[in-house]
Amino acid sequence: MNVESIRKQFPILHQEVNGKHLIYFDNAATTQKPLVVINAIKQYYETDNANIHRGIHTLAERATAAFEATRYAVQKFINAKEHAEIIFTKGTTDGINLVAQSFSKAFIKAGDEIIISGMEHHSNIVPWQMVCEEKGAILKVIPVTDEGELDIVAYDKLLSSKTKLVACVYVSNSLGTINPIKQIIEQAHIVGAKVLVDGAQAASHLDIDVQELDADFFVFSAHKVYGPTGVGVLYGKRDLLDAMPPYQCGGEMIKEVTFEKTTYNELPYKFEAGTPNIADVIAFKYAIDFVNEIGKEEIRDYENELLNYFVVGANCIRPMVEKGLTLNGEFNSPIRLYGTAKEKVAVQSFVINGMHHFDAGMMLDAKGIAVRTGHHCTQPLMKRFGIEGTIRASFAIYNTKQEIDVFVEAINRLVN
Amino acid sequence: MNTSTDIQNEIIENFSLFEDDMESRLLYLMDLGKKLPPMNEALKTEDNMVKGCQSKVWLNARFENGKVFFEADSNTEITKGLISLLVSVWNGQSPDEILNTELFFIDKIGMSRMIGSQRSNGFASMIKQMKIYAIAFKAN
Repeated sequence: MNVESIRKQFPILHQEVNGKHLIYFDNAATTQKPLVVINAIKQYYETDNANIHRGIHTLAERATAAFEATRYAVQKFINAKEHAEIIFTKGTTDGINLVAQSFSKAFIKAGDEIIISGMEHHSNIVPWQMVCEEKGAILKVIPVTDEGELDIVAYDKLLSSKTKLVACVYVSNSLGTINPIKQIIEQAHIVGAKVLVDGAQAASHLDIDVQELDADFFVFSAHKVYGPTGVGVLYGKRDLLDAMPPYQCGGEMIKEVTFEKTTYNELPYKFEAGTPNIADVIAFKYAIDFVNEIGKEEIRDYENELLNYFVVGANCIRPMVEKGLTLNGEFNSPIRLYGTAKEKVAVQSFVINGMHHFDAGMMLDAKGIAVRTGHHCTQPLMKRFGIEGTIRASFAIYNTKQEIDVFVEAINRLVN
Repeated sequence: MNTSTDIQNEIIENFSLFEDDMESRLLYLMDLGKKLPPMNEALKTEDNMVKGCQSKVWLNARFENGKVFFEADSNTEITKGLISLLVSVWNGQSPDEILNTELFFIDKIGMSRMIGSQRSNGFASMIKQMKIYAIAFKAN
């Protein structure tokens, strides 16, 4: 893999921020976009723009064909059984809300239980709290260990015949932990519960095979996989999606409308009311092609190398001797890492002793380094670790060890 | 006592030394924060918290001999530096002076570029809260 040639495909990386070369380590928030994606959006508006599915003119045909081509590309990307199981949404949050509203209408009643984990993004907590409130259902939470892994033994005890749905994150956005999602799904299925997998952080790093995982629902966002913002994917098993009522109503999702009764369109259109984000869906295919061309395995190997390189570097940062030495001569590391699970993607949260993460984030930005600081939309998880927030560095395919060297040196200067 | 205009001119002059070096500007701001007199812990109450700030900011004021005196603190050093600028401009001024001052130093030192839009909102909240104190003291 040639990182230099990959970097050339990302124009945004080649700029200065505050007089320094931009180092972009906020990839878990959103990845940058390669030229092929940017050009696809431009070209669509220059040559193909038309509303899809309904027009019979040439532009409408072209736009529809390109839009549907992305659906097939996504089907292959996550190995869904059929393309009709791929629903385009606005993003991961939108997909979760769709399932929360629609699935619960069909399948959740008072006294039922929904299980989430202690490391969920607020997007995978709040929709379920609303469902529980509306339906009189009960929300249960899988605890998180000190290493930032899910307590699977505790999870097993939470499961019962009352469990109707488990909504769990595949990869933690704050900690980078890869959860044993296949096992989580298997255990849920034993008690007859369905499982929604939040794949937002998994899709760009891991090979996704929804059939092999036997996931009932799988949601992710295009913009975290080098694609455009405003596009997401909801995968659902056909029998479930067929049994669920529409989420939003409007054009496209109907078969026939009369004032007496409306019948709904078939999958996937039943869940795609209104004119979708056509340009960005079309451009998303180019992002998928970009990822496939490099290969997920190659991506993961390289990103892991970056993560390990950073962790070693961060662990080597020493405080000035007089501040950090303990009685037995060991030094107190000024950096505390959060998320030390065995199975991780290239995301590392940490705090610098005695320094608020906002200050650290601002100082790093002054050096041209973009990281995320705060609670990362996982306040309950931060509470679990007794902290307000962290500094989070998340690496992508275009990052380099030289950038990490600059980053570690910058942290070192903040510490000392 | 210097007028708030004098103090603002001094702030502008001090920041101009750093030109475009963002890192030094922030370090300077943090140093200013460290020099802010410590706030009485008992005053760090929910009521004294400035709403709309991302980080925690406490602000209290007292009125003595026609002048307003502020006490403030924050859990982040850069924010503390920001408050210290406002406190230095307005501490010991009359309510009228506070209400009539145009805070021209903010634009002149390139504050928005230095603190970003999210902190700018918090900064505006601090200014508003300080003016609310001035209005309240003036009414008395």
